[in-house]
Amino acid sequence: MADGISGASGTGRGYLAETGLRSWAFSLDHKRIGVMYLYTTMFFFLVGGLFAELLRLKLMTPGPGFVSDKTYNVFFTLHGALMIFLFIIPAIPSALGNFFIPMMVGAHDVAFPRLNLAGYWIFLAGIVVVIASLVRPMDTGWTFYTPYSAKSGAAVTLLSFGLFLVGMSSILTGLNFIITIHTQRAPGMTWSRMPLFIWGMYATSVIQVLATPVIGMTFILLAAERLFGVGFFDPAKGGDPLLFQHFFWFYSHPVVYVMILPAMGIISEIIPVFSRKPIFGYKAIAYSSMAIALAGFLVWGHHMFVSGMSSVAAVIFSLLTFSVAVPTGVKVFNWIATLYRGSISFESPMLYALMFIFLFIIGGLTGPFLGSLGTNVQLHDTYFVVAHFHYTMMGGTVMGWLAGLHYWFPKMTGRMLSEKLARRAAVLILIGFNVTFFTMFILGYKGMPRRWAEYPVQYQTMHIIATVGSWVLAAGIIVMVWNFTRSLYRGEAAPGNPWGALTLEWQTASPPPVENFEVIPTVTEWPYSFGRKGAGDA
Amino acid sequence: MTPYPSDAVGVSRVAGRIDSVFLFIVVIALIFFFLTQGTLIWFAWRYRRRKGNEGESTPYITGNRLLETLWVVIPSALVLAIFAYGWIVFRDIRTAPAGAADINVVARQWLYEFRYSDGRSSINEVRVPLGKPVRFVLTSSDVLHGFYLPAFRIKQDIVPGRYTDLWVQPEKAGSFDIYCTQYCGTGHSTMRAKMIVMDAADYRRWVAGERKPDLAPPWMKGKGLVERYGCLGCHGVDGVDRIGPTFKGLYGRKVEMSDGSALIADESYFRESILDPTAKVVKGFDPVMPTYKGTLKEDEIAEIIAWLKTVK
Ligand code: HEM
Ligand SMILES: [Cu+2]
Repeated sequence: MADGISGASGTGRGYLAETGLRSWAFSLDHKRIGVMYLYTTMFFFLVGGLFAELLRLKLMTPGPGFVSDKTYNVFFTLHGALMIFLFIIPAIPSALGNFFIPMMVGAHDVAFPRLNLAGYWIFLAGIVVVIASLVRPMDTGWTFYTPYSAKSGAAVTLLSFGLFLVGMSSILTGLNFIITIHTQRAPGMTWSRMPLFIWGMYATSVIQVLATPVIGMTFILLAAERLFGVGFFDPAKGGDPLLFQHFFWFYSHPVVYVMILPAMGIISEIIPVFSRKPIFGYKAIAYSSMAIALAGFLVWGHHMFVSGMSSVAAVIFSLLTFSVAVPTGVKVFNWIATLYRGSISFESPMLYALMFIFLFIIGGLTGPFLGSLGTNVQLHDTYFVVAHFHYTMMGGTVMGWLAGLHYWFPKMTGRMLSEKLARRAAVLILIGFNVTFFTMFILGYKGMPRRWAEYPVQYQTMHIIATVGSWVLAAGIIVMVWNFTRSLYRGEAAPGNPWGALTLEWQTASPPPVENFEVIPTVTEWPYSFGRKGAGDA
Repeated sequence: MTPYPSDAVGVSRVAGRIDSVFLFIVVIALIFFFLTQGTLIWFAWRYRRRKGNEGESTPYITGNRLLETLWVVIPSALVLAIFAYGWIVFRDIRTAPAGAADINVVARQWLYEFRYSDGRSSINEVRVPLGKPVRFVLTSSDVLHGFYLPAFRIKQDIVPGRYTDLWVQPEKAGSFDIYCTQYCGTGHSTMRAKMIVMDAADYRRWVAGERKPDLAPPWMKGKGLVERYGCLGCHGVDGVDRIGPTFKGLYGRKVEMSDGSALIADESYFRESILDPTAKVVKGFDPVMPTYKGTLKEDEIAEIIAWLKTVK
């Protein structure tokens, strides 16, 4: 983009120059706050992953195993709750969003740096409370369905208070991003010149601000029920257990778009850069993010087709659900079309981006099985659902997150990753992932219910295959973490713009100086002007 | 014998129809799978950056109106088709045929109790005759549970404080698994039962062998309760409305409410009318019925409902 601000070389320590705990804990620099979020969420990704491996280990045998059924239930609850609330929801928005939104719109910082830091501390306080709740560990599943969660002897109130704080941090961050995107854009950066990651983050922030209060209220109602015996959800007191499910999914369905839209934004950045082609259908991608964000509020009932909800409601929710499928498909077509007649190179960010598309297609195509009423009745609450959401959440969001980490690692650290290690990790992850989770489609189709510690013996072979797959997957993750760790100290110095990208964050040093840009750049073009205009357009 | 669902072809007509929807979606999904993944891999390979052509410039393509319209319109049409097909079959799943025999199921941590209309009951094993429609009327005495018949491809959540239902018409004799699919605590995964489908003669013989002379069917107990609690002071059984509507032929009939809505009188409606009589007031009546909440036990409500269903 605008000439004259081409990348400086990465010699200095930039924003990393200052050291010491205080320089981090009280920093108002959005980059440092982003890095703190990154470490925190990555930690919970690894802990959540550890629980996943324990679950898979138990499921090698159909009967009672090396952990009791009760412990198994605690493990899947912790696996789910940590992965959802402490990893996947904040991972891309709070970490990469914090680091890169100001840089990509050409600003010195977010609109409210103090609020940003407060958000991180609230997040941390939430985590402390969540950890405190382990005194009587939760076994309700991450969905907290009443009446079980209202009766359970576990520290449900404490945990939901912790998650309440985490949600509050999420609202503050979202609010900050919306205002930053509205008010801090560099001169010349019109809405139609904004990078697609910013569009994705904008849509995400809108959902966070609108939906998160609902889960907060739900947690308050649940706490009132447990502490004071108010019977919102208790049929014996005139309450309704299904009401809880409606509240819960009114938040938790839109939130799946909080998980996926930022990842889609990252993919929309990486594909053009590594294909040397303008993104295909910019407007369609940008607007479909907004369309998905808004339509996503109207489909929560598709989690409840067999819950006892009325059949009429089920039909309406099914129809609305399919209306969200189309804009999602459009994005996939656009990414693939971007590759057409490109000059494609396969460095690690692109590898993960292609893995994202490959796996997300499978996740997406298995959605209609669950959205369609006839088949939902068969597949709901089986391993088919487990497979479907892992293909979209892990195959989608986590791959997008990894693509982003590999893409921006040089910018954040000033060092390059080892491409050799990155490729090895990617291959292991791709194989391990598919062996683990494709198997679960079959298990689910054959009737294996989810959240089962023990199971009839006819499912064992499939379970063993899935467990072995999870070891390969874990090996891939270990190689990747090793790559991050060693490159942090021994990676070769990164130039300002190693990938030849056109977005603003690359038009400054790696790592960036504290103020991001010495002079705020003036934007004259969108960031996807790759290729020669008029050169043999199709 | 515990058949996998996919081994259990022909267990019921509904299962066959669900399989057709499944197959329909599989075909569409596979076409899209090969189309998208094929193009993805082909483009990635065909347009890879090769030694010597690094400098070559790429065309400046930013979109294509026709293509983008097509890939909105075609998928939209296909998902609408999937939706419609799924909906039609869902109606079959949800609507029990007239004359289905009811079996009450009370789920609790961590077992299923089956109660037949003649007073027999059993734990974690239910026997049904081949070829006859059976409707399970489900409720729970503690938390949420699930009722999943994998071979028959159907399931329904069980909710405390209300009735949900699920019907089957088995076309194949054998023993079929019932699984709890809604997480319910420590014993969730061992909460399993069996549905044993017996051919008509076997079933009759089994019923004859099981029946004990002193067994009172639930509806008979219900009759006693209705007399004891004074329901008949307001409700007749002769087709004449008194202070309250008559019970005669009420079950399964369409009832109009004073707020203009209408519903079919089923178990859930009976239950609500007994526990929360003013929630829905029948057109033309005053909301004067007292609540029996706290007076009647869960089993007694079920027994009264069983009796109400017999007042034809
Ligand atoms: C345990 C005894 C009782 C049972 C099982 C019972 C059951 C029912 C049922 C099933 C309905 C709905 C009827 C319909 O839709 O046509 C109903 C409605 C009604 N009942 Fe009762 N009832 C009982 C006692 C009484 C008593 C003692 C009164 C008189 C004070 C009464 C007054 C009414 C009235 C006025 C309605 C119509 C309005 C409404 O739907 O709430 N019931 N009852
Ligand atoms: Cu259960």
